[in-house]
Amino acid sequence: MLKNVIGKNWPVLTLGVALLGGLLAPFADKSTMPGFYVEVLLGGLMAGVLYSLVALGFALIFKASGVFNFAQGAMVLFAALAVARLAERMPLWAAILLAMAIMVVLAWLIERLVLRPLVNQEPVALLMATLGVAYFLDGFGQTVWGSDIYSIELGIAKEPVMILAGLFQGGILVNKEDFVAAIVAAALVLGLAVFFQKTPTGRALRAVADDHQAAQSIGIPLNRIWVIVWSVAGFVALVAGVIWGSKLGVQFSLSQVALKALPVVILGGFTSVTGAIVGGLIIGVGEKMAEVFLGPVLVQAFDLAGGGIENWFAYMLALLFLLVRPEGLFGEKHIDRV
Amino acid sequence: MKARFVLLAVAAAFAAIGSTSALAQAKEQFFPVLSYRTGAYAPNGVPFANGFVDYLKLVNARDGGINGIKITFEECETGYATDRGVECYERLKGKGPTGATLFHPLSTGITFALTDKSFVDKIPIVTPGYGRADSADGTVFGWNFPLGGTYWTSSDMLIQHVGKKEGGLDKLKGKKIALVYHDSPYGKEPIALLQERAKNHGYELLLLPVTHPGVEQKATWLQIRQQRPDYVFLWGWGVMNSTSIKEAVATGYPREKMYGVWWSGAEPDVTPAGDGAKGYNALVFLSPAGQGQVHKDILKYVHDKGQGTGKKEDIGEVLYNRGMVSAMMSVEAVKRAQIKYGKKPLKGEEVRWGLENLAIDDALIKKLGMTGFMRPVSTSCVDHEGGSSAAIHIWDGKKWNVQPGIYQPDMSILKPMIRVSASKYAGEKKITVRDCAKEAG
Amino acid sequence: MFYRENGQFKSTYASDQQMLPILQDRIFMAALLVFAFGAVPFVVSDYLFLSLVIPFLILALAAIGLNLLVGYCGQISIGHAAFMAVGAYAAYNIALRIPQLNFLVVLVLAGLIAAAVGVLFGVPSLRIKGLYLAVATLAAQFFTDWLFARVKWFTNYAHSGSVQTAPIEMLGWKIDAPVEKYLFLLGVLVVFTLIAKNLVRSHIGREWMAMRDMDVAAEVIGIRPVYAKLTAFAISSFYCGVAGALWGFVHLGSWEPLAFNLTLSLNLLFMIIIGGMGSLLGSYIGAAFIVILPILLNQAPQWLGMRVSTAMTSHLELMIFGALIIFFLIVEPLGLARLWAVGKEKLRLWPFPH
Repeated sequence: MLKNVIGKNWPVLTLGVALLGGLLAPFADKSTMPGFYVEVLLGGLMAGVLYSLVALGFALIFKASGVFNFAQGAMVLFAALAVARLAERMPLWAAILLAMAIMVVLAWLIERLVLRPLVNQEPVALLMATLGVAYFLDGFGQTVWGSDIYSIELGIAKEPVMILAGLFQGGILVNKEDFVAAIVAAALVLGLAVFFQKTPTGRALRAVADDHQAAQSIGIPLNRIWVIVWSVAGFVALVAGVIWGSKLGVQFSLSQVALKALPVVILGGFTSVTGAIVGGLIIGVGEKMAEVFLGPVLVQAFDLAGGGIENWFAYMLALLFLLVRPEGLFGEKHIDRV
Repeated sequence: MKARFVLLAVAAAFAAIGSTSALAQAKEQFFPVLSYRTGAYAPNGVPFANGFVDYLKLVNARDGGINGIKITFEECETGYATDRGVECYERLKGKGPTGATLFHPLSTGITFALTDKSFVDKIPIVTPGYGRADSADGTVFGWNFPLGGTYWTSSDMLIQHVGKKEGGLDKLKGKKIALVYHDSPYGKEPIALLQERAKNHGYELLLLPVTHPGVEQKATWLQIRQQRPDYVFLWGWGVMNSTSIKEAVATGYPREKMYGVWWSGAEPDVTPAGDGAKGYNALVFLSPAGQGQVHKDILKYVHDKGQGTGKKEDIGEVLYNRGMVSAMMSVEAVKRAQIKYGKKPLKGEEVRWGLENLAIDDALIKKLGMTGFMRPVSTSCVDHEGGSSAAIHIWDGKKWNVQPGIYQPDMSILKPMIRVSASKYAGEKKITVRDCAKEAG
Repeated sequence: MFYRENGQFKSTYASDQQMLPILQDRIFMAALLVFAFGAVPFVVSDYLFLSLVIPFLILALAAIGLNLLVGYCGQISIGHAAFMAVGAYAAYNIALRIPQLNFLVVLVLAGLIAAAVGVLFGVPSLRIKGLYLAVATLAAQFFTDWLFARVKWFTNYAHSGSVQTAPIEMLGWKIDAPVEKYLFLLGVLVVFTLIAKNLVRSHIGREWMAMRDMDVAAEVIGIRPVYAKLTAFAISSFYCGVAGALWGFVHLGSWEPLAFNLTLSLNLLFMIIIGGMGSLLGSYIGAAFIVILPILLNQAPQWLGMRVSTAMTSHLELMIFGALIIFFLIVEPLGLARLWAVGKEKLRLWPFPH
């Protein structure tokens, strides 16, 4: 019986074993300190949470409108720029509210000018259209808000804190900012879950995600739903932008973090909010572990000019998962009708 | 259909206009200004370009041009991208009555690409403090001018400084130095010298590249936390610099042990980190931060007349001054060339002679009102660098404080390295080495 | 009136199956080739050659490659500049280590290496479909970005990571003047376009199109998806590899790993979307559009006499580029080649309305 189970699920099991092995591999090297290992793990989890913040936006929009929003990164940047520059003239909370309003207007404009004319086009065309939106937002954001590095002051201390000094030698380095980011992300997910399950608008969104035509036929206004979805995604982008911006400073390259969030979305499944979170954590941990522990090993073995494997490792990891589950961990199974 | 016709028509118009040459036989010297005011490197590119352009405007306004020849200039946005830099070069090299005077690519990557073209187009490429380290050899790189320093001289001087801090270069044995560098030709240049010196002095060199644009450094600094190097050398540009300092704060690495090259030690790099950047050290060469007589002139002749580039408050920043000084050296080269070729618009070849016979000494510096903001540079056909020296300045949260003590590179190590690298290039590219004695005679 | 098939009877299968069955088309193509080979070298300035025509030709080749994969076989790939990079570095290493080889041989070998790598990265397409595949192909892009920056052998241990190439020399002909480069590229391009056109008209092309339209049904009638998809990846990567080698040797001369980054991949995709997927003419049109547009946008403020800062020009470039992409997608989602096809149809009836 066990043979049957293993026989049927061998891809998943192999992947699981490989991942577990990878997770424990750093201990094969005697010099790895457990305290440092936990630090890297925590660092990875925190980074993963930040990625999921961006990936949430992707998942939301794809879920409800079937569009892969390549412009999510540009939206994060735009929102962060808005908050950073507005905060120079008014208190932070007012800046955030005003930025939210701007994002809603942006959502409405995108729905009107880009999505509506392109209804029913191929997914590639929609992808390219969102890329066009991304370029436009990049240029527009820099025109309106400028291309310097701006900062968002959330009032969180930047110095690290050492915790668990008793358990591990020297304690573990934990960053308050990352911690706050994790809490905010968790709150956001919870809020979104409540929104989707309990409110009528949330239910309407889920209906649209299931089947556009059926939703329309029972009277759900598709266009308005899309504006709402893009606004919610805009809100998520705003939160992500504020958090990333306070960590990295608000500048042009912030839109590149969206590229880091793509493996998260494909690992977790395009249509799944849970997938965005779980995928983010997996990618975050995998990336950091690989960079810190695997990188030096590769450098030694192949005489490479330095490490830097983070960039492609995330994609390779996502690819591995995809080979086992082609729709992502929590994505909807694709049914082909011939 | 219509769109296609429109596009074709425009392209045809472009072709027609493009193929006629610009003929304006005016008494003008055209300076192309390759700059980047957008993108990830804009925070550092903008003040440099402002300083450069302000100085050119000053020469026109205060001195009436270079001995009566007016300076014209045109900015071209490269975004620190090599292909755009090459496109800007191709577009601007023929402008002006005698073509472009010289090029300041402000990017080592673009310098590499333009070096090959310079032999054909005969336009000098001036790269003060950046560019190819082996281009100090003027016999091979006849058109490159790394005035004032290269990445080998800068890394050499940094090693000398930390050696001094340890109490002698021999005390470096067993120490760990981490190089956090921008993963581009710029960041990779110093590696050769640092490895050479590691062989001599026995320190361990840790190489940690950071991919463009440089905002993802968490893993890099976790590795630094793991390895605990005694010193971290920062070779970044643009937003990578400020991110490095912020990550250093986040992982608790003391900024006092961080040393940036002269392109990683300016205000846009430290201000985003706020108080966390206090104690950060960097090299500074040619011109420190501050204002002198020449700044007063710029305010008087340029900014007060509404012609200023950029904000008035930013005058005197490190990169602004560096841009200003780069423009000054270019103008002085033209002035010097005019002594030999006459007071008329000069071609690139003629300007090269000026660049090879640059003799900026203390007296000239005083005359230009740049005392304290320029160090003597004296080039020759063989030596296109003209002498390199630098000091360390430390950020105290509000401004840079230059530390006493000037360093000069150890040419006994550098000369052989330069010679080897230059000959390799000459071999690969099949370039005939210049005979300086014959050319002068 | 002019564009009619009246009187053109085909009496052999060969003449019926030829690429350009209509006489006017053949005349037009011949005139175009004569113009391209004979007139253009005298009319166009050096600057235009270097900044417009040469990049256009090379990118058109790469766009044809990508079009074969995306337009004809339906496998979306966002990381195709990776294969250009493989071709470029392969060509560099082959030319460096075996200097006696003719450059054309080097090109073909580089293309073959790129094809092999393409097949490797195409294997996931057997399992993953649609947008998931698109994002997964980004893995190729980032991996090659890293590979050529890190493995020192590829860059001949240059400590700067940049590689330099000497001008191409073939049978005594040193190709370093812009006109010479143009003629060389034109020759290469004509040959490759011919090959591509014949490929898509052959049974391989039909297999690709079947996979694109209904892959499950295609499998049912006996088309092997492994064969179809992997040949699509292989041939598409071959084209991109050759284009990459040409890009490095003819256009750039000296490049660093970042020369083949994600922006280039996205530009290739834009080219085929705007030009028209599944159309070779579309690849050309799209390439021309993407090459000319940035330069046009850059120069436009000057021509219109507006004094705009360079930063503003850059931002405007981005904005107008994005807006134009969206505009073209809305107006003609099948690409500019479709407009040309519609135009040809109208021309057949002209001057009659229907």
